[in-house]
Amino acid sequence: MSMLEIRKLSMFFGGLAALHDVNFDVRQGEILALIGPNGAGKTTLFNCVNGFYNPSEGQVLFKGQPISGLKPHKVCQMGIARTFQVVKPLSRMSVFDNVLASAFLRNPTRKGAQDVADEVLHFTGLWDDRDQLSKGLPLGKRKRLEIARALATQPEFLLLDESFAGLNPAELDVSIDIIRGIKQQGITVMIIEHHMKVIMAISDRIVVLNFGQKIAEGSPAEISADRQVVEAYLGEEHGA
Amino acid sequence: MKNNLVPLVVLAVLAGLPLLGLNSYVMHILILSIMWTLAGMAWNLLGGYCGQVSFGHAAFFGMGAYSAGLIHLHLGLSPWWGFLVSLPLVALVALAMGSVVLRLRGPYFVLATLAIGEVLRITCENLTDFTKGTLGIMITRTWVEKTQYYYIILGLALLGFMVCRAIVHSRWGYYFVAIREDQDAAESMGIDTTRYKTIALTVSAMLTGLAGAFYTNYMGYIDPGVVFSLGEISILIIMVVMVGGVATQWGPALGAGIMVILAEYIRSLPLIGVAYQTMFGVLLIVIIIYLPNGLVGDWPVLRRKLLRRGATA
Amino acid sequence: MWVQAEVFLQTLVAGILLGGLYALIGIGMTLILGVMKIINLTHGQLMMVAMYIAFWLFTLFGIDPYVSLLIAPPLMFAFGMLIQKALVNPVLRVESILPHNQVILTVGIGLVLQNVATILFTSDYRSTPVDYASTAFYLSDLWAGTPVEISLSLPWAVSFLLSVVITVLLWFFLAHTDTGKSIRATAQDKDAALIMGVNVGLMRVITFGLGSALVACAGCLFIPIYYLFPALGSQFTLIAFVITILGGLGSTLGAILGGLILGVFESMTATYVGMGWAPVGRFVIFVAALVFLPGGVASLLKTRKLSK
Ligand SMILES: Nc1ncnc2c1ncn2[C@@H]1O[C@H](COP(=O)(O)OP(=O)(O)O)[C@@H](O)[C@H]1O
Ligand SMILES: [Mg+2]
Repeated sequence: MSMLEIRKLSMFFGGLAALHDVNFDVRQGEILALIGPNGAGKTTLFNCVNGFYNPSEGQVLFKGQPISGLKPHKVCQMGIARTFQVVKPLSRMSVFDNVLASAFLRNPTRKGAQDVADEVLHFTGLWDDRDQLSKGLPLGKRKRLEIARALATQPEFLLLDESFAGLNPAELDVSIDIIRGIKQQGITVMIIEHHMKVIMAISDRIVVLNFGQKIAEGSPAEISADRQVVEAYLGEEHGA
Repeated sequence: MKNNLVPLVVLAVLAGLPLLGLNSYVMHILILSIMWTLAGMAWNLLGGYCGQVSFGHAAFFGMGAYSAGLIHLHLGLSPWWGFLVSLPLVALVALAMGSVVLRLRGPYFVLATLAIGEVLRITCENLTDFTKGTLGIMITRTWVEKTQYYYIILGLALLGFMVCRAIVHSRWGYYFVAIREDQDAAESMGIDTTRYKTIALTVSAMLTGLAGAFYTNYMGYIDPGVVFSLGEISILIIMVVMVGGVATQWGPALGAGIMVILAEYIRSLPLIGVAYQTMFGVLLIVIIIYLPNGLVGDWPVLRRKLLRRGATA
Repeated sequence: MWVQAEVFLQTLVAGILLGGLYALIGIGMTLILGVMKIINLTHGQLMMVAMYIAFWLFTLFGIDPYVSLLIAPPLMFAFGMLIQKALVNPVLRVESILPHNQVILTVGIGLVLQNVATILFTSDYRSTPVDYASTAFYLSDLWAGTPVEISLSLPWAVSFLLSVVITVLLWFFLAHTDTGKSIRATAQDKDAALIMGVNVGLMRVITFGLGSALVACAGCLFIPIYYLFPALGSQFTLIAFVITILGGLGSTLGAILGGLILGVFESMTATYVGMGWAPVGRFVIFVAALVFLPGGVASLLKTRKLSK
């Protein structure tokens, strides 16, 4: 079953087509990786899904319902949570309070929200940092805080925007485990990622964007064999 | 546990003060300080916690004050009913204002607040039949003594304190701070930012209106130039919070005490007395540059600086 | 019937003249907003200071306010740069919980300026009684058979024309000089400007000076046709930001249109509702802009362009 359907999605900024006629589905329970060079339109696609942008053309359907044009908080209330590539911690709040604020979404009482926050902090390995101000965290943990905050809204669908960028190998392993754990909880995941190793390890399927257009879609094995992808994306990375 | 005890101790001390037989001037200072504490706590909820800076709290203060004055003038009711009348009135204006400006990002809210105080002042000055214009409204004060007023404003401030405290520790409070810290993040966490900003504004406005209604009853005279004044009300409220402590529980009380005493002191100086608003302005500038989060808010920084100076001396 | 038309046209003319001056005020504010990303809530107070300079030059030395255009704006340019360097820059570096603390700062500066003016000059109303104050042109002088009579006051007309000239000069400066181009680049994208080697810090200082000088020009143009008192400052700050909102934050052309719209609207309010209500009319149009056109006039200009 399709959890999320991207239908003829286009987003124009002035003359620039950040996304052009993109179509694909995300199936329930899978991890779909969205890859492509910088500026390909990946983050823009997330913004169109979570309601920051109202797409110029096309539609996004969540569990069969159109969600384009809804406000971000409505989209989140429906069960889609996201993280930001450029992390946005609530700086002057502690790690715990960041997550607690999120947990209030489905648990209006403080007790209920605290239980959720506790669980999420343990799950993401941030429990020991819970009393720190979030602006004082190192980047790796701030990235994880993004995930924790998104999880605390108890979503069915999770959008992760470059949650692995800038992590050291040890942190990478922790994050991979976290994402696998998220999948085990039955949450569908769409993840933007550059690390090919990570993508191959965790994703069920891959969609490749280049210059705002989808140029390939398939299993990790299929994608790594695709000439076009290798030229557009992997080629670039090897060259760099 | 200890945290819950502090307010009780403070309350007990404050409640006992009049028993000391303080003279009427000291009582006056105390009453004003508590009144500005109430207004400051209200502003702090919106500005300090929710991050929506208002330059127009005089609008709500003035509406509260005029609620009390007008029902007396036209209906012959006791101005004490002003408290009840002001609440729905102020809430309505705040809601209307919130729905227009709080959905927009950018400096719109700041500007709208600045405008609304001025507009209400001018409207009030022009509606001479209804408000008596610049002549103002005079009421007969209920008591000559200060003690009764003292307990009334203390009760109101306590109410304000409890309301703010309850909100800050609840879901609303977390949402307010989340909005202040990062609106995009807040929205993506499922927070309807417009709605919660409007809630913050409305609660804040209502508490400020109560302070205004008290002002009429206590002072016995109001005119648009004072109760809707940018310099004497809106800025003073901001300073109460900025001097005391932004987004802190006790900051407004500290700030109110300091500002009231300072204002009285400066006004009593023979030559510079007329310049007290200038002094306020200078103080505001100094605070913004050196103590942007107020005495309570910047206390850790302050203490470090003082200690270092002590160590080198 | 003709009488009504006459009143209407006369009001319209007055509104356009006023609007031209408003535009000048709005441009200064918009310029600062564009480059600094802060609303300068001491704009009107700066104009008030400039007006006192012109007033005293006239009263003490008999210098015509229009001649003060060569004196007051340069002084205010320096004053604006000083404010930016000594006060705004330090605040930009401060880490505070409250957002908009630069805006609070400008309010504080405005409060000081206004109160110092009250202490020094009292709150009395002042004016510069120039001898051409009541000179006017009449439509009937040009066209004897005109059915409606419209008068055009000489100082109003001169002030309007000068404000147009100053606006054109400014446009030339921004479009064709290196400094002007750097200012525009900074306003458009600070980081890109930095990369291109623009001295952004310097541009900020210059811009604050320029904005102050522009509003000082407006002050010199206003004093022959207006009156002056310290609280005029906050009144004009309000006017300045209503224009800026009407124009669409940060758009110069928008500010000009915004100024004209506000001028005409206020003039109409004063004629058809009552003198004292002009400030309320100002607020009405402000709210209307927020509700119906949050992007200001500039957003109209833009959509026109986009939809080809
Ligand atoms: N708000 C915006 N306004 C204008 N252009 C934008 C905006 N957001 C993204 N873009 C442009 O859209 C393109 C795609 O950006 P983005 O989605 O961030 O790429 P990616 O995440 O794949 O690196 C880029 O060229 C970017 O400059
Ligand atoms: Mg991206």
